[in-house]
Amino acid sequence: MSNKKLFISGDEAVAIGAKLSRPNVISAYPITPQTVTVERLSEMVESGELNAEYMHVESEHSAMSAAMGVSAVGARAFTATSSQGLLYMAEGLHYASGGRYPIVMMNANRSLALPWSIYGDQRDSLSLLDSGWIQVYVEDAQEALDMIIQAYKIAENKDILTPFMVNLDGFVLTHTYELVEIPEQEKVDEFLPPFQTPNKMSFEEPKNMAFSTTPADNLEYKYQQNRAMFNSISVINDVDKEFGDKFERYYGGMVQEYRCDDAEVVMLTLGSITGTVRMIVDKLRGEGKKVGLLKIRYMRPFPEKEIIKLAEKVKAVGVVEKDISFGYEGTVFTNVNSALSKIDNAPLSLNFLCGMGGRDVSKSDIYNMFISLFKAADGEKQKRIQFINMGVETDE
Amino acid sequence: MNRPKVQKYVKPKHIDDYPVGPQFTAGFLAETNAGWRTFRPIIDKNVCINCLRCYIVCPDGVIFKSENKVDVDYDYCKGCGVCAHECPVNAIKMVKEELL
Repeated sequence: MSNKKLFISGDEAVAIGAKLSRPNVISAYPITPQTVTVERLSEMVESGELNAEYMHVESEHSAMSAAMGVSAVGARAFTATSSQGLLYMAEGLHYASGGRYPIVMMNANRSLALPWSIYGDQRDSLSLLDSGWIQVYVEDAQEALDMIIQAYKIAENKDILTPFMVNLDGFVLTHTYELVEIPEQEKVDEFLPPFQTPNKMSFEEPKNMAFSTTPADNLEYKYQQNRAMFNSISVINDVDKEFGDKFERYYGGMVQEYRCDDAEVVMLTLGSITGTVRMIVDKLRGEGKKVGLLKIRYMRPFPEKEIIKLAEKVKAVGVVEKDISFGYEGTVFTNVNSALSKIDNAPLSLNFLCGMGGRDVSKSDIYNMFISLFKAADGEKQKRIQFINMGVETDE
Repeated sequence: MNRPKVQKYVKPKHIDDYPVGPQFTAGFLAETNAGWRTFRPIIDKNVCINCLRCYIVCPDGVIFKSENKVDVDYDYCKGCGVCAHECPVNAIKMVKEELL
């Protein structure tokens, strides 16, 4: 018997992934392009299809605060946001990771004001890389659904206890429709048992929770957070395998390589643009060019080891991202270069900044990025930071 | 109304001995906090009628019961004097610390 498939949007896939994970409480505030996710979840609660409490909070800050409260009594919390909403809960993000509350959140990647824009890019979550949350970026609706389930398994691991953000590109993924395979509830229940933690408020074992520290103890808690994040690397890879064994979909854990075996030039991607790059890799391979693709799935913890292992074998590395850190370069590029700096005779690297504020990125754009990488590998001078699809002259 | 005891805090030797995140067994008091008290409330237990008004009004929650009589936890009392002011039978006197 084949598994059930539905033709749904990325937002709906996230809602179904959340439902299958049996959260006890959902606290969320609607924001474009996440809105459909929370609408579907509230409908599921209303109809009784999902046995959970739905909290209509008055802001994203409250959504995160409520999620911490849920987690602190040992219950499973889900929330979802995007862009301005994510920034509004920024204080809570650090609070939740420091409190070691394994909350799972969907973030629909959307640009930041000003200028006001509801279109997609990755500047919202990348600006919060240091908030202590695990961050995964997905390529399609199926991966979004699957990663919500995996997220709880990873976040709630007793050696991790770290909140988890599942990022999917606004509109490109949240509002496009795909055929998505829906895992059976029974199998999800086997994969993801109910949340258990000794770290909770209880009458039997009263705890003083979320307390303050003096300089004498603060560093130790931060060290623990950092260690938990590093511990999560092996858990992420193990959970990917366990999920694949059960549901027949493997994502590769920290990264996913595509046609990298003998590649001379590789493109590193984040999120939905991976699909377009994959097509261009196939096209260039058809032309006999040795190109590959490394899909960065996790930005925190960062796949340093995996990037080094691949980069040691290639001549040039491109990083394509929908982001910029003003006054420097793309944040993903900075992180990748940090990994490259640990290699003797590191390959040269180029940064392709694109898609900001929803600017289109076409197949020919990607093709031209590869051409630029080949030229650079052949010694021809190329701009290190390239703004793709600028609509005007800049005199640069 | 039972008073938790102040316990000596020993910094853990190994990182694994730290709690996971800032959560630990409730009622573990490691530090006292009364250094700025100038006047000390002293309850005359022969006058006290056990009405517990001082317990209700104390802003720091330092009034407790010992052998069925109210008492003040001087490890945490800041000497604000609200208890003495509110006592209906004037059983509490504020006495300057230096004179004790």
